[in-house]
Amino acid sequence: MRHYEITFIVDPVLSGDEVKSTAQTYKEMITNEGGSIVHVDEMGLRQLAYPINKRSTGVYYSIEFAAETGNMISKVELALKRDERIMRFLTVSLDKFAVKYNDDKRNGKIGKKVKKEKVKEIPYGAYNSNAHHAAPAATPAVAAPVAIPIILDDSEE
Amino acid sequence: MATQDEIKFLANPNIGSQKKKYCRFKKFGLKHVDYKDENFLIQFVNEQGKLLPRRLTGNSLKFQRRVASAVKRARHLAILPFVTDLLK
Repeated sequence: MRHYEITFIVDPVLSGDEVKSTAQTYKEMITNEGGSIVHVDEMGLRQLAYPINKRSTGVYYSIEFAAETGNMISKVELALKRDERIMRFLTVSLDKFAVKYNDDKRNGKIGKKVKKEKVKEIPYGAYNSNAHHAAPAATPAVAAPVAIPIILDDSEE
Repeated sequence: MATQDEIKFLANPNIGSQKKKYCRFKKFGLKHVDYKDENFLIQFVNEQGKLLPRRLTGNSLKFQRRVASAVKRARHLAILPFVTDLLK
């Protein structure tokens, strides 16, 4: 069994019900073709980074499913391609780490990890404040260590 | 005796000593790069939305490759821009 993930953007001009029924058709298509749906992530209406088909927003859906073979994917992708309601789609096969990551994210475990790592960061910060005693121009070579807690906070969502 | 905090240096002794770079994925045990996580990926691109080199991010080769593919996937899905200004 391999896990796959199809992310697609639905046209936001459609009404809420139409958007939902669009997602539903693809869910059904996957199950009919022999895949078992693991999780459907409705990411909701989001701002696009650049306009697609003169739209600046889109409704994101991400369907994770398990299947024995990937033969059905070409069928689903063809349907997605022909569908005018779909603005973009991307199919990705997930490795074991990605499956675990998605699982942890659903159970909210990724948020917990952050706290542990934040505790580790404290001695580092204390060290930095001591280092400033000599001159104010003590800038670290790379800003990366400071940025780390921020990243992990964001992945919590 | 003067304690360590009271000693005043004429020049900052920290200047010139580079902080060792490290791979944040290895350090924090992150095994997967999520292409849907915009705020995480934004740390690996510059203001114009271009990928930062390993020289600056400190990523190991393995994870730099994964970051690169994640950023490219995010661009396809309009989560990150292809070209822009003032991204950060």
